[in-house]
Amino acid sequence: MRLDAVARSFDGTRNVLRDINLDIAPGEIVALIGASGSGKSTLLRQVSGLDRPDAGTVTIDGTPLVGVDQRCAVAFQEPRLLPWRSVAHNVEVGLPRGIGRAHGRARVAELLELVQLSDSAHLRPSQISGGMAQRAALARALARGPGVLLLDEPFGALDALTRLTMQDLLLEIHAAVPATILFVTHDVEEALYLADRVVLLGVESGYPPHSGAVIRSVVPVPGTRPRDRARSSLSHLRASLLEGLGVPTHHPAHTF
Amino acid sequence: MLVGAIVPIALLVAWQLIVMLHLIPAYRLPSPLSVLNAGVDLSNRGLLGIDVAISTQRVLIGFTIGSTVGLIVAAVVGLSGFGSRLLSPTLGAIRAVPSLAWVPLLGLYLGINEDSKVVLIAIGAFFPVYTTVSGALRHVNPQLVEAGRAYGFGGLRLLRLVQLPAVVPSVISGLRLALAQSWLFLVAGELLGASLGLGYLLVDSQQTGRIDRLFLTIILLGVLGKATDALIGLLERYLLKRWG
Ligand SMILES: Nc1ncnc2c1ncn2[C@@H]1O[C@H](COP(=O)(O)OP(=O)(O)OP(=O)(O)O)[C@@H](O)[C@H]1O
Ligand SMILES: [Mg+2]
Repeated sequence: MRLDAVARSFDGTRNVLRDINLDIAPGEIVALIGASGSGKSTLLRQVSGLDRPDAGTVTIDGTPLVGVDQRCAVAFQEPRLLPWRSVAHNVEVGLPRGIGRAHGRARVAELLELVQLSDSAHLRPSQISGGMAQRAALARALARGPGVLLLDEPFGALDALTRLTMQDLLLEIHAAVPATILFVTHDVEEALYLADRVVLLGVESGYPPHSGAVIRSVVPVPGTRPRDRARSSLSHLRASLLEGLGVPTHHPAHTF
Repeated sequence: MLVGAIVPIALLVAWQLIVMLHLIPAYRLPSPLSVLNAGVDLSNRGLLGIDVAISTQRVLIGFTIGSTVGLIVAAVVGLSGFGSRLLSPTLGAIRAVPSLAWVPLLGLYLGINEDSKVVLIAIGAFFPVYTTVSGALRHVNPQLVEAGRAYGFGGLRLLRLVQLPAVVPSVISGLRLALAQSWLFLVAGELLGASLGLGYLLVDSQQTGRIDRLFLTIILLGVLGKATDALIGLLERYLLKRWG
């Protein structure tokens, strides 16, 4: 996947993204971090084809994107489940077209098992918790076995424990079928645990706020997965990413 | 159900009491029994059944036509920006015409016959459906529509996945209003020119001073309205079970 000089502005004057260049290798996991409102969701929408950049191009596998691309699957920042469908039927929405009925049902059951929602398959979205809804949305995104998985804060609404389980689950799925994953997170820890590279999005210092966000830095994360969650060797990365997010650490890096 | 029966029964008792105590003279307020007798008498002569049947038929045909056209036009206006810009100013203006103003014109164009009454009822049924459903379609959560698009749904498939289920409650309430409006327009149409039907029975009873028949017809209209509304209730139960 390649983003080439992608820019997007709203109302003609408010630049949100400016000159975004990014190359992502097949099977790579990339974390996108940035302050709230910095344009992370907007960037994801350009890649999914739900929105079109004002300038620049997005190509997947060498072919430029035209409209919504079926090789991509998105999990939005909000679960966006259809309230009148059960959890299982919501996951069904994500199935690729032309898959047989029986096959589809088996796949849905398998995915629900994976995100630990088998017992809630028949419930409506209004009857499940926010974290469960987010897991259902994740299952829906996984349903098509996508080549490119775009996740907008997929674990944002989960409690700490489920969050860790889901992170490991994502890595397991990735190890089995290595999709290219671009995911947004606010959690530096999560980014360092999951990603091959961390991309920091933000407005360049010295520029006005509506000049548009650029890629401030791309940080390769050393080490192969699965990683130790408490690696102290990453503390300097952690500190510099937090600094990039505008969170001054004030601590010498090694105390983390 | 039982609690709901308390007030009608109390009203009936109060009515009977008022008559028995001669609080209101009989030529102003017939007794419940005389209203019942009027009904038995009319139906024994085979008149009441015809009036009820013809009125119900007019309502059902007019309602079906009006609400179907209303749903189709609402879909066009609610789903396409162009359709909305093209049609909604005109429809808004037509809606602003007090609907009874159509009666003389329809009488002239179509004659005082079935067509004119059915058309009038259809007009009455059209607007509630059109207004509620087109508004609801315009306000379907854009995030859900976008999610549908993201999963490769478009056109009719997207409509079936997101928009239609989302507007089911509005369709139901639109149909409810339309049905009530249909009965209203039926009576209006029949009052102004008919030789059969419950509206005609109202006019005829007034002219002949048969207050018992007037009461009978009013009660019948209430019962029929409620009974047809119950049909919509069945439809509602079915639709909400699938999409509620
Ligand atoms: N459809 C739109 N119309 C106008 N402005 C928009 C639209 N979508 C996004 N924006 C603007 O783009 C900017 C970035 O929004 P975006 O949702 O991408 O932020 P984000 O980085 O995902 O933030 P958060 O971390 O809070 O989710 C915001 O200032 C927002 O107002
Ligand atoms: Mg966002």
